[in-house]
Amino acid sequence: MASGNGTTGGSSTTDVYNKARHWLLMPSWAILGTFVLAPVCVMLIYSFLTKEFRGGVIWDFSLAAYDQFFFDRGLFGDGDPTLQWTYITIFWRSIWQAGLATVLALLIGFPTAYYIATRPENTRALWVFLITIPYWVNLLIRTVSMKFLLRDEGPLNDLLMSTGLVDDPLRIINTNLAVQLGLFYSYLPFMVLPIYASVERYNFTMSEAAADLYASKWNTLRRIVLPAVKPGVVAGCILVFVPSLGAFLAPDLLGGAKNFMIGSLIEEQFKGNAGNWPFGAAASMILLTLVMSVLLIIARPQRSAGAKI
Amino acid sequence: MKDKTDIAVEIQAAVKRYGNFTALHRISLSIRDNEFFTLLGPSGCGKTTLLRLIAGFEDVSEGQIYLFGDEIDTLPPHKRSVNTVFQNYALFPHMSVLQNVAFGLEMQGKSLSKARKRAGEMLELVQLSQYANRKPAQMSGGQQQRVALARALAPQPKVLLLDEPLSALDLKLRKAMQLELKHIQRETGITFIFVTHDQEEALTMSDRIAVMSNGALQQLGAPRDIYEQPHNMFVADFIGDTNLLEVTVEAISDGDAKCRIDDSHALICPAVETVVVGARLHLSIRPERMILTEEANANQSFKGTVVENIFIGTDITTIVKLETGSQITVRTSNSDRGSKRIIDVGHDAFVNMEVGAARLLAD
Repeated sequence: MASGNGTTGGSSTTDVYNKARHWLLMPSWAILGTFVLAPVCVMLIYSFLTKEFRGGVIWDFSLAAYDQFFFDRGLFGDGDPTLQWTYITIFWRSIWQAGLATVLALLIGFPTAYYIATRPENTRALWVFLITIPYWVNLLIRTVSMKFLLRDEGPLNDLLMSTGLVDDPLRIINTNLAVQLGLFYSYLPFMVLPIYASVERYNFTMSEAAADLYASKWNTLRRIVLPAVKPGVVAGCILVFVPSLGAFLAPDLLGGAKNFMIGSLIEEQFKGNAGNWPFGAAASMILLTLVMSVLLIIARPQRSAGAKI
Repeated sequence: MKDKTDIAVEIQAAVKRYGNFTALHRISLSIRDNEFFTLLGPSGCGKTTLLRLIAGFEDVSEGQIYLFGDEIDTLPPHKRSVNTVFQNYALFPHMSVLQNVAFGLEMQGKSLSKARKRAGEMLELVQLSQYANRKPAQMSGGQQQRVALARALAPQPKVLLLDEPLSALDLKLRKAMQLELKHIQRETGITFIFVTHDQEEALTMSDRIAVMSNGALQQLGAPRDIYEQPHNMFVADFIGDTNLLEVTVEAISDGDAKCRIDDSHALICPAVETVVVGARLHLSIRPERMILTEEANANQSFKGTVVENIFIGTDITTIVKLETGSQITVRTSNSDRGSKRIIDVGHDAFVNMEVGAARLLAD
């Protein structure tokens, strides 16, 4: 992850190369600037502006959005500021839900990826293809299908009841579990594919060497395989956790009103007349800061480990 | 069975099949304790498969394997007290050299401090103490090879398995490691089972060699026996250089067989057990067992013409075309140049040999 840009200065050919590289990278910088940096800057600026009641902003500096997120000043805004738990709770719930979905995706995704990577080489492409097939369908339609599958009189409950496992339909829809399942299902391939790529590169003679040195299957997995495929696992977890955190389709459709997540909160602020653009922008910036902090914490030991090898 | 404690590994009628393909045909052999034993053969002969059966990476299709009298063929690899040095070392890249060497000890349940201490001693044995904290990727091929050796020796296995461990090294380093391996084997007293396709390496290092081909055992014996008394054409041809002549056995008397090469030439050589009069067999004559002269002498000799003299440093190889049309290679030690003079290309020469020089091959 942290490799690939090793350049050594010194000779004149390297200077020429560096100069050329500078220009050749310009399109990439332009795209990143236009589509990543600029929108984030707009968000950052909007989050410090005053809201316009019909949507949009008034160009007056204000900390109202952040204030609204963190503090409660009573009904008329003149009480002492107390911590406002509503939004922090939504945030916490989002992290929790996304975290559980990531764990679920890891538990299912790792064995899946390992299985695919250990199939005969000529059949692996087919397995990967099979994994990606459901994702040719729009996410909205898939999430609605999940809703249909999980509801009280849906196929899952029909099956459970006909086999006699439960007497009454399991209440899954509109619960946290439904949201986790929805998120897990939405982002599973993002877990499977990077792990698959790591496991495929793994030298299985090392597993033999570990077994030869008296390591049980579990110890081989824990001490040898996992450290070797860790970059793939970390990448998979990030790729599932980050979009899960900001997701609004699964929580909206599967979680019901009680299981509001941060993605839905932000979405609402930009929809219709009820919206509050600065508040939505502020919530986005807080989410962005949070995600960046988490990634930096994960990426730091990763980078130093990568540098050593 | 003999005294079990003398036999380190006993393989009884081991068969390995992959689908319809039989990789090993009923191999039976006993490897003695403290022995440097080599499985030698060309690639695809089944030698590595046999090693993997002993290590437990693959299961036997039929037959049994015993380790000091205990049947091990049904045990998983981590329950067999044998360790392996892998062809490409298979060092754990995320662990330091010391951690690599200590790994087996840790997995055996030794305390971390004990494991580290013993690993340190092993690194001393292979002269790598100063690299204990390096990662394998920071070491040269030869050093990685020593780490792999130290790692496999650290848990004090009853038998050490070595799967072509020197094949990735360059020639000079390989020669040095051959001697060092032999030295370490003597010092530790551990039975070594060494797999190689390099016959010279096998002859240099082994107490005994099992020559394999097409999944079957061809010959088992000390290096000298295998070189001087090959049982069949494969062994004669695979080990060292040799001349193979097709002959008909004419008579057998006093343990010697008279072998007719053509109308005017016949050779006396020691008969092997299975030989009968009238059989069409092959003779193997090592190039260094013959002497070139300009005149016929009292020994058995063939007349021919020198086709080529090749200087190869220690020796001079001369190719002689016999009157019968076949070619014979003769090797003369370079130090003998004074007494046995080189005969120039195009000149007549006599190829002489004593009775024991030629060896009848059983097939």
